[in-house]
Formats: sequence, C-alpha cells, structure tokens
Amino acid sequence: MRQAPAIYAVDNLVIDLFTPTISVRAVDGVSFHIHKGETVAIVGESGSGKTVMTLGPLGLLLEGVAVDLKGNAAADGRNLLALNAAELSDMRARYFGVIFQDPMSALNPMLKIGPQLAEQARRYAGLSADAAKSEAVSLLKRTGIPDPEDRYDRYPHELSGGMLQRAMIALALASKPRVLIADEPTTALDATVQAQILDLIRQIQKEDGIAVVLITHDIGAVAAIANRVIVLYAGQIVEEGSALDVLTEPIHPYTRGLLASVPDFRSETSSGAREIPGLPPNQIKLEPGCRFADRCALVQLACRVRRPHLQTISVDATHHRVACPVVISAEGIAVYD
Amino acid sequence: MTEMPAIAVSGLKVHFKTGSGAVRAVDGIELSIPSGAFHGIVGESGCGKTTMARAIVGLQKVTEGSVKINGRERAEWQAADRKGFARAVQFIFQDPLGSMSRRQNVYQTLEEPLLIHSLGNVAERRTKIDELLDLVALPKTALDRLPRSLSGGQRQRVSIARALALNPSILVCDEPLSALDVSVRSQIVNLFSDLQKRLGLTIVIVAHDLAIVREICSGVTVMYLGRIAEEGVTRPLFADPAHPYSQSLLSAVPSPDPRIEAKRRRILLAGDPPSPRNPPPGCRFSTRCPVAVAQCIVEEPNLREVKHGGSAACHLADTEHHTII
Repeated sequence: MRQAPAIYAVDNLVIDLFTPTISVRAVDGVSFHIHKGETVAIVGESGSGKTVMTLGPLGLLLEGVAVDLKGNAAADGRNLLALNAAELSDMRARYFGVIFQDPMSALNPMLKIGPQLAEQARRYAGLSADAAKSEAVSLLKRTGIPDPEDRYDRYPHELSGGMLQRAMIALALASKPRVLIADEPTTALDATVQAQILDLIRQIQKEDGIAVVLITHDIGAVAAIANRVIVLYAGQIVEEGSALDVLTEPIHPYTRGLLASVPDFRSETSSGAREIPGLPPNQIKLEPGCRFADRCALVQLACRVRRPHLQTISVDATHHRVACPVVISAEGIAVYD
Repeated sequence: MTEMPAIAVSGLKVHFKTGSGAVRAVDGIELSIPSGAFHGIVGESGCGKTTMARAIVGLQKVTEGSVKINGRERAEWQAADRKGFARAVQFIFQDPLGSMSRRQNVYQTLEEPLLIHSLGNVAERRTKIDELLDLVALPKTALDRLPRSLSGGQRQRVSIARALALNPSILVCDEPLSALDVSVRSQIVNLFSDLQKRLGLTIVIVAHDLAIVREICSGVTVMYLGRIAEEGVTRPLFADPAHPYSQSLLSAVPSPDPRIEAKRRRILLAGDPPSPRNPPPGCRFSTRCPVAVAQCIVEEPNLREVKHGGSAACHLADTEHHTII
C-alpha cells in the first residue's frame, strides 16, 4: 500500500442531479484518493460525470440544478459534504485551486487582474496588503506572463486567450492550495498554446509539490502530464492505474476502445481511427449491470445483470484496477483482492 | 495540361473593416485543390482558415482575388445560377445544431433541399431520404426526431446527409469534428473517409486536430496570420516540415503514449501570434521564429518548393539553419 495519506479522499460518492422533470444519477458510487505530489487525470467523455464527480463535492455545480450528494469527501480531516455553505466556500478557497476551461468564468471582468490576485492572496494566504500585491506580481511572473507589473493593472479583456489562461492559473495558486483541479484546461486552446499550458501545470506541480487533478478527454494531455489515470464511464470508474499501465496496456473494453479511437500522431503505421459503436447510455433510467454492456464486443449475459466491481490486477504504488470480470478471466489476469 | 482543379483560389484577400483599422483575416492566398482530394487546412485560431473556407463557398464577401470552382468563377456562377452552384458545392458547419432548424424533424431537414430544387415526387424524395440515411448510417427511426433529441454525433450525421442530398461534388467543412466526443469523433472521421471514397467527393476540411488530419487528409495547407506557411502532401509534410512554424505546430501535438511523451522534444513558441490588424513586416512569423535572420524581418518570403515535394514560405527552408528541433 501507499504510505502517504491521501490529501483528498472521496469514498462511495453518489451524485443525483434533478431538474423539474427528470433526475439523473450522474455519479454512481465512485471512490478515489488523491495524494500529495501526484497528477491524476480523470478521463471520460461528455456526460461521463467527470466534472460532476470532481467539482460536485466542492459545491461548484451549475446553479438551477438541484443536487443530492451522498458519500464522503474528506479533505483536511473534514467531510466536505457535511459543511455548510460558508465553511465549504472557505475550505474550497484555502485547500483547492480550480482552473476552468473558460478563464472568464473565474476572473471578474470588471476588476483589474492584479487586484483580483492580491485579494485572494490577502484573504486566504494571510498576507498583508503590500505583501499580497508583490505576491500577485510574482504569481503573474511565475505563470509566464510577460511584463507582470504592467499586466497587474490590466483588465481581463485586454489579455489574449493564452495569457488569460495563465492569469487564471495564477489566481488559482494565489491562495496556496493543496490540490489544483484543472477542468479541461486546454480544450479551447490551440495546439501550441495547449503545450505551453500543460508545461506550466507540470512545472507548478513539481515546484510546489501539490496534487493536480486533471479533468479531460484529451488523451494526449494525459500522456503529457499525468502519473495516474482514472477512467470514468457513465458515472462509474471502469479502470484506474498508472498512466503508463492504463495508456499502454489498457484492460477494460471501454478504455481499449477509447484509446484505439485516438489516432497516434507519431506512430509510423496508420491504423485508421477505430471506433466504438453506439452511444453512452442515458443515466435517467438505470439498468442493472455493466453500463458499457450495450457497446461492448465481449458482452455476456452476466454483464447485463450484475454490476462489475473494480478488481486490483497489479499491486504497486498506483494499483491497476479494472471493473471487467470478463476480460480478467478471458485473459487469465491475476487478481489481488 | 494537368487536370482542372476542383477549387482554385488566387490572390484571395478578405479584410474586415473595424474601428481600429482593417483586420486582414485572409491576406493573399494562392491555393489549388485537385478534384477528388481530401484536403486539410490547419493553423491556430485567428489564422484565417475558417474565413477562407467560407470565402471559397461564397458565405464570406471577398475583398480581393478570385475563387474558381471546377474552372468557373465562383462569384459569377453564384450570381447567375445560385441553385446550380448549391448542387455542386455544399458547406458543413462546426455546430450542427446551429445550422438546423430546431422545429424541423430529420425528415423535413433532409427533404428541404430536394423541395427547393424541385427534385422528384413524394415517393422519389422518400427513397432519396432513405438512401441518405443509409449513407450516413442513421436508423430510419431518426426521421421523426427533432435536432434537440439527437446526440451530437447523430446531428453531425444529419448535417452531412443534408449536404449530400443534392449530390454535390465538393464538400467544404468547417471544424466538423471539434464539437464531438472522442469515440464519436472517430465514427464521423471514418464516415467522411468512407463517403469520400465511395462518392469520389472533393472534401476540404478545416481542422485543428492534426492527428486526425494526418489520418484522413491527402493534402494539407498550414496557415499563419492570413497567409500560407506551408503546403504539400500530408504524410511527407508532417514527417519533415520545412517551415519553422509547421515544425513547432506539429511538435506541439501530444502523443497518447506516455513513453513517447516522456522522450519527446517540443518547440515551445514564445508569446501569441501578432494581431492580423497589423501583421509584422517581412515574414509574418519572424516575431516568434527561433531561427529568424535579418532578411526575414525585411523581406516577405514566397512559397517555394521544398524537399518533401510541397512548398514553404520561408527564406531558410532546406538550408542548414532551417531545422529548429
């Protein structure tokens, strides 16, 4: 087992979302632990629940949708799900830094960039006004924004997309968080800027030794910076393990299909993008059994009746775990639990 | 004489007037796409690739230059015979939902072009619509659905079917894949490849996913700040790009294999592209180019043939200085 205790531990998390007419089980019994100094990628397609599972316990879901959370999400010795709104807001600001896909959802367009950062540093990192200002400038500098003294007095609309993304990362770091959560940080960016931002996240992770949670559907980004990968399908974890194990020797039929559908830019041969037939299930009417059954080539009768649980197939620091008994028995894979 | 190209663009400029000077979105493009090609146009946001695609089909007013489709001047053709032009060239939008009427079901959506062009009677139209559904692998049960009750991939299939309703020979697509999820994206990629082969279409696709362009496009054009930086046959160009901009763009594409990622060398460009309001003098890439020399700042390079068989607009291409990796 891993010795370092988790700095963020989610257990048996169930999240139901309600609109006036329907209810959706977006996250269905998910457990994951985040440790200091690691970069964990949470991979899945739209609607797989990757964002809901990560931002839900922090109270950062869309307004206007009623949410019911069950389970446990422990950070700093407290269960986030049991906190009131004010406590959660404080905890979120001190413990978690969040980077969104759209920088304008984090920055206030009416305020200059620098004072927004300084405010965060003053309030949550406990700095004096002067110290907070110089901290803000050094954060801008650290996130690779040229001429940070000048940018301090700029409004968000005066910065380009790539620069705004950096400013938002600076804002997320201003409160000295323990966990940096990046929700699709590179999806809206061009390839060259994408590479710059991933580099910056990797560099921050290394320098500060914080944990990074990367929510993404971009396998290339995962390969670039993650140590560990959690693959989510229709609200459940289907596979998790080290990035090397999961990306190079995927076991679950969904992970295999997902990776086969991503063309490798650098491979010599052209395999042609292979596809997974069909669509993810709707999570309004829940069927028992494996959620991937309808799209799976290996499906058996039992798959439709019994929900597969994660089984550990390799024991090392990262524990490769897979929720597919069919592949495990067909390929004679040893199970450790 | 070589075969007439399906699309021939010459001296194309599209400038947008704004309060603070003209934005030169497309600023002098020469491009020839042979009939039956699957051609990719790549580049960063703001390089003018979408504007150019729209100008090719006449969705965008051209400031200067000409576009010839199958040898005919596009503007004249469109003015003289708008419907005839629509039967030859169709456009597919990035957001299928935005390009469909939300109140028309799939049947109505697919029937509309046939009605406008007075093709067939009810039974013949019905047969044609069934054929279109088969072509894009949609079930018959989709016919009475409204766009909002279709998934993103299904919507894109409907917009492809609609574009094919008039049997065009040329399809121009603006980022048709970027709104789709990974596993669905590969379904649509395969559909495009398959249709291109079966129907002998000429397809121009604006894309920013270079891995997909490498998979499906026979030819590719790399744009930077309203101009062509490099063009050629996709595989040789991607294997050995001559322009420093293409080199950095291609080096930025991550691989899904972490073992390759760990060893890979990338060229990180400093800063953002300059504003197309005020492009730099000389080579447009000179402000960010890691190998620029004095000549690059004063003299704009023209496209010239390079080793991979295509051409690049770089003074240093194929010299000992040109490789920046």
